[in-house]
Amino acid sequence: MTESRVLRSAVAALAAAAVLTAAACGGSEGGSGGGADQSAGDSTGVTATSVKIGSHYPLTGRAAPGYSKIGPAAKAFFDYVNDNGGVNGRKIDFVYRDDAYNPAQTVQVVRQLVLQDKVFALVGGLGTPTHTKVVDWLNQSKVPDLFVASGCQCWDQPDKHPYTYGWQPDYYREGKILGKYLAEKFAGKKIAYFFQNDDFGKDGVRGLDQFIDKNQVVTRQAYQPGNTDIGPQLTAIAQAKADVVVSFTIPAYSALLKLGTLKLGIAPQLVISNVGSDPVTLSGLLEAFAKQGGSEVKGSQLIEGIISDAYLPAYLGPEAASNSWVALFKKVHEKYLAKTVFDGNTEYGMAQAYTFVQVLQRAGKNPTRESLLKALDAGGLTGPTTTPFGFSADSHSGVTGVQIVKITKGVPVPDGPPSTTDAATGAVTPFTGTPVEAPANGIPPV
Amino acid sequence: MTSHRLNSTLLRHLLLGSIAVAAVLLLSTVLDPYRNLQLTNVAYLVCAAAGLSLLTGLSGQISLGQGALMAVGAYLTALMLADGDSGIPLPVVLLAATIGTALVGVLVGAAAARLRGPYLAGATLAFAIGLPALADYRGLAATLGGQNGLVVFSPGPPPGFTDVPFDRWQLAVSTIAAVITLILLANLMHSRFGRSWRALRDDEVAAQLAGLPVARLQVTAFVVSAACAGLGGALLAFATGLAAPGAFGLSLSLQLLAVVVLGGLGTIPGAVYGSFLLVFLPTWSASLATRLDLSRDVYANLPLAIYGAVLVFVMLVFPAGLQGGISRLVNKMR
Repeated sequence: MTESRVLRSAVAALAAAAVLTAAACGGSEGGSGGGADQSAGDSTGVTATSVKIGSHYPLTGRAAPGYSKIGPAAKAFFDYVNDNGGVNGRKIDFVYRDDAYNPAQTVQVVRQLVLQDKVFALVGGLGTPTHTKVVDWLNQSKVPDLFVASGCQCWDQPDKHPYTYGWQPDYYREGKILGKYLAEKFAGKKIAYFFQNDDFGKDGVRGLDQFIDKNQVVTRQAYQPGNTDIGPQLTAIAQAKADVVVSFTIPAYSALLKLGTLKLGIAPQLVISNVGSDPVTLSGLLEAFAKQGGSEVKGSQLIEGIISDAYLPAYLGPEAASNSWVALFKKVHEKYLAKTVFDGNTEYGMAQAYTFVQVLQRAGKNPTRESLLKALDAGGLTGPTTTPFGFSADSHSGVTGVQIVKITKGVPVPDGPPSTTDAATGAVTPFTGTPVEAPANGIPPV
Repeated sequence: MTSHRLNSTLLRHLLLGSIAVAAVLLLSTVLDPYRNLQLTNVAYLVCAAAGLSLLTGLSGQISLGQGALMAVGAYLTALMLADGDSGIPLPVVLLAATIGTALVGVLVGAAAARLRGPYLAGATLAFAIGLPALADYRGLAATLGGQNGLVVFSPGPPPGFTDVPFDRWQLAVSTIAAVITLILLANLMHSRFGRSWRALRDDEVAAQLAGLPVARLQVTAFVVSAACAGLGGALLAFATGLAAPGAFGLSLSLQLLAVVVLGGLGTIPGAVYGSFLLVFLPTWSASLATRLDLSRDVYANLPLAIYGAVLVFVMLVFPAGLQGGISRLVNKMR
């Protein structure tokens, strides 16, 4: 009896295994391969009529306010380019997935993008804590990892991560330029730091420390992105009687910082780094958070006087009307994203998309992953950014400088010329180059 | 007589286990890397789900903290594999993580031994919410990496197998670990412990009167379940290369319990069906949502809605879960 039971179980198990194998053979799409064995190079994700690229953004969760608009904006610009003939006859198919700013989820969706969607390249993966978890795997898998939407210096390591490239100014450079400005304009004043407790915040603080005298810094407070209670940090800042608070925060936490200072009745000068200071995003968040807390505020009043920095042309105010890039992006926005509000995130997404289209063009008539990277390393890309990119064979860093702005009547008004600096301890120098105009039809000139 | 029965149980389980491992290894050569990744997910969830199935189904103790115990296993693994060159062989790392989590299980079990029903559920719920937050705690944030978590340098295939692609290697390790766990649990369920636990679950007073050491049995059940969760968490850290609080939220614990009930409480196949559901249902519902081109709010919540609907349906039609339904069908056919 026992033997027949053993036998029956064995037969059942074998039958199950056979069924599973049959199902798998029928179900697996495409199997392995996909262009990786061509002698010319790896063209996974490229077909005769399309190029598939992917990205991960926080579409839900704590970092979604603002950042969730970047993906749709980039897609809109790609749609515009596709409608105008695409790149070398190929349409750009942009697939982006939600990782909710949760590094564990980022690992899953990036693997899905590379292994299941079989993308040609990752373009604009967002977040420092999120993307740092996938950068090793992407480089091991030899997938181009372009224009990471984060200013961590970790993307500029060509020897360690040859497939990864930055795009926006890194936080260290940003910190240096902000630091020099503050050291000059707020000499002798008490300065407090408030920053995200990861490479994003820490890189920024390192940059600030290059120029701000240690004795001026009265307190350094960090926050974890998972925890919205920043009461202890705010109390410490209030007790230190800081005149200036410099923050490297994502928009939600910039808003919490501002509301916190109001609640405590202090009014330090707020200096918020670029990624957390978009006027439209910030005033929206301030109003939403205040409403949750049961009070009504006017966002535009609260953001008045905030100092920040920018590297893309202003899309608000009188300057915006005459800027060719803003006109182009607003035109694309009108056509493909009319139901949403145009803000800094929209501009960011479209500007990144523009740069990718440029690189794809230069990758040749039959782009491969290798030719894509070669096109980037050749440098010479021009676009809407006020200072140039730093791409070269030995540098994978993006924009090399920023311009200090002050929010006046809801519009970021520049204070002085843009400055550039290096990724080490070099000086901050004003940038005197002339800005490039947008091409008439919006497609980068080859 | 007893030894003959013991031999046949062990033999049967070993045979089934080896066939399962062979089948999965064969399958992994045919499937694409993403499917292998999903099967690896199933494998490590099976470890945790099987432990939970035993704890809740067999010994009658509801635990909402299985996810937190997985976190313990994952972090222990991450700490041991943090340097990449620590030199500790992988089986030792997995075993150490399992034992470490089992020790935590002793503490949890001892604390929970006095509690019953909803109070036990509440205590384990508090554990599930509180433990991952420990990573942010001021003193520990430096070692545990805070919200960002710890990166794990997963060791590659051993010498002699270095051509095997990483996804197949991870699937092989996870499957072998999961099958060993299932064999051990299946044997345990057929043993004296299994019978004692069932007695405890069905009528605690009667069991006590019959001379069973109630508290010791309950704690043992917790320890076994915690060890399974620890192994599951260790494999999760090995497979995803990351141990972060975000992976072990409350939803993981709740989903594990839900799918274990769905699959069939107290049964091994139930844990396997449940794990498959847990991995593939969100993927299917997500692709369904994109194909139907739904708005983002609906898209984000569709998997949960489908979960709920499937749970309600299965509970109405197969109260004993999928495995219960299958057993009934098989019995009817005999």
